[in-house]
Amino acid sequence: MTTGSPGNNTPLIEARGLHTFYGDSHILHGIDITIHKSETVSLIGRNGMGKTTTLRTLIGLAPPRQGTIKVHGRDIKKSKVHKIVHQGIAYVPDDRGIFPNLSLYENLIMAARSGPNGRDDWPLSRVLDLFPRLKERMGHMGNQLSGGEQQMLTIGRALMTNPDLILLDEATEGLAPKLRKIIWAVIKQIKKAGIATVIVDKDIKTLLEISDRNIIIEKGKIIYDGDSEKLIKEPEILKKYVGV
Amino acid sequence: MEFSFYLIQLLNGIQYGFLLFLVASGLTLVFGIMDVINLAHGSFYMIGAYLAFWLTGIFGSLFLGIVLAIPLAVALGFVVERLAIAYLYKKGHLHQVLLTYALILIFDEAQRFLWGNDSHGVDIPAALSGSITLTDIQVYPVYRLFVSFVCIVIGVGMFYVIQKTKLGMTIRAGASNRQMTQALGINIERLFTIVFSLGVGLAAFAGMIAAPIDSLYPGMGDNILIISLVVVVIGGIGSIKGAFVGAMIIGVSSIFGKTLFPSMASIVVYAMMAGILIWKPQGLFKSA
Repeated sequence: MTTGSPGNNTPLIEARGLHTFYGDSHILHGIDITIHKSETVSLIGRNGMGKTTTLRTLIGLAPPRQGTIKVHGRDIKKSKVHKIVHQGIAYVPDDRGIFPNLSLYENLIMAARSGPNGRDDWPLSRVLDLFPRLKERMGHMGNQLSGGEQQMLTIGRALMTNPDLILLDEATEGLAPKLRKIIWAVIKQIKKAGIATVIVDKDIKTLLEISDRNIIIEKGKIIYDGDSEKLIKEPEILKKYVGV
Repeated sequence: MEFSFYLIQLLNGIQYGFLLFLVASGLTLVFGIMDVINLAHGSFYMIGAYLAFWLTGIFGSLFLGIVLAIPLAVALGFVVERLAIAYLYKKGHLHQVLLTYALILIFDEAQRFLWGNDSHGVDIPAALSGSITLTDIQVYPVYRLFVSFVCIVIGVGMFYVIQKTKLGMTIRAGASNRQMTQALGINIERLFTIVFSLGVGLAAFAGMIAAPIDSLYPGMGDNILIISLVVVVIGGIGSIKGAFVGAMIIGVSSIFGKTLFPSMASIVVYAMMAGILIWKPQGLFKSA
């Protein structure tokens, strides 16, 4: 299976000097972030440090006032959200963003589109094979689903866009341990399928286990960027900035 | 009073309700999905009626006039959305009210400039000018039944599009969560243009088919706007199903109010709205 990145060494996302504001609040202070093809990156930090804003900035929902963002080498800073999505970036928000007035089936189908370069690696049948539980709930409305089913649906819906990269905010937040296990197993399968992910989650142990690279954000600045092995050897960093 | 009298009032109420539904469905979608209060929506009803009057006069056929007027109305909706409404998406409701009120004034002046201050009428097509006999003395015009039939066909078509097509799913998704809809790759601005233009088309079409049973006069869109806003509020903002149920409630109660309580006719509709909002403050149905 292929992913749609055209350039061999061109990063999927290359963002430089991002400054993002919500009104007068200055949230991101010059963030540099690069995501490569098929890379699994964890975004770690305490609450309110700018993790969600980083993801929202990359997908275009919180456009930066300063800085550049390139997707597949193309500048998308002024692009509208849907154009960025068409470049192969999918977003799974922390509130899951399920449409309560659409059935589970409709939530999936309305998102279906070919990926960059016309790829169609994730038809409905493959998404349902990944989440067999969703098969039984196809006719249920979005607001009739449990938290776990909603999380499966929101990830499945992101896959229906045939992305090169999924921005996954609070991947397992608020889920029972059994459901968390299922979601992490799915994330591993997504990784195996060659799709890059940027994951925000509070389960640091699993994040370190699954990620190729870890980025720690503190007060809107990146203060650490390195692989898991290196980070595990520096527990004082995690203790200082994440509290674990 | 005889049963047939009530039957005629009921049929009139349903037919009026159908027309209200055509106008209110566009209004509720524009409000629910685009978060735009479009006070000029009634003007499109008026424009539709005058376009039908004008084109019927030229071509001598109401049907041909309507067929030609529909694309003109949708195109007008497209132009208004691109040139005016599109600037309102990031503005508050006050800006929307001011701009769309200005549009009412512009459309009213344009109507007076083009067609004058006199009232006009459109003849019922000969093929539909007959009546159905209900009793020895009561008859019901075929054209009114035709209007109801056409509205049913459009209502079913709209239901199909909203419930069964990807465009409909997208419209419902947009009504529920605009940002997430964009984050799934949907061009929300294009969706807004489509919804607005179709809404204008529906309101104008209601004006076109109502032209032979309603007289055309300056500012005729204002009354239907107020009643349509009542329908939208009763039905629940953004809900097509709500617009339908609300339109039927208001259509039927308005006609019966005028017939049975003529001295209180003007308050019947608003009393109905107040009663429903006390029972369900958010309206009868949730969005889309």
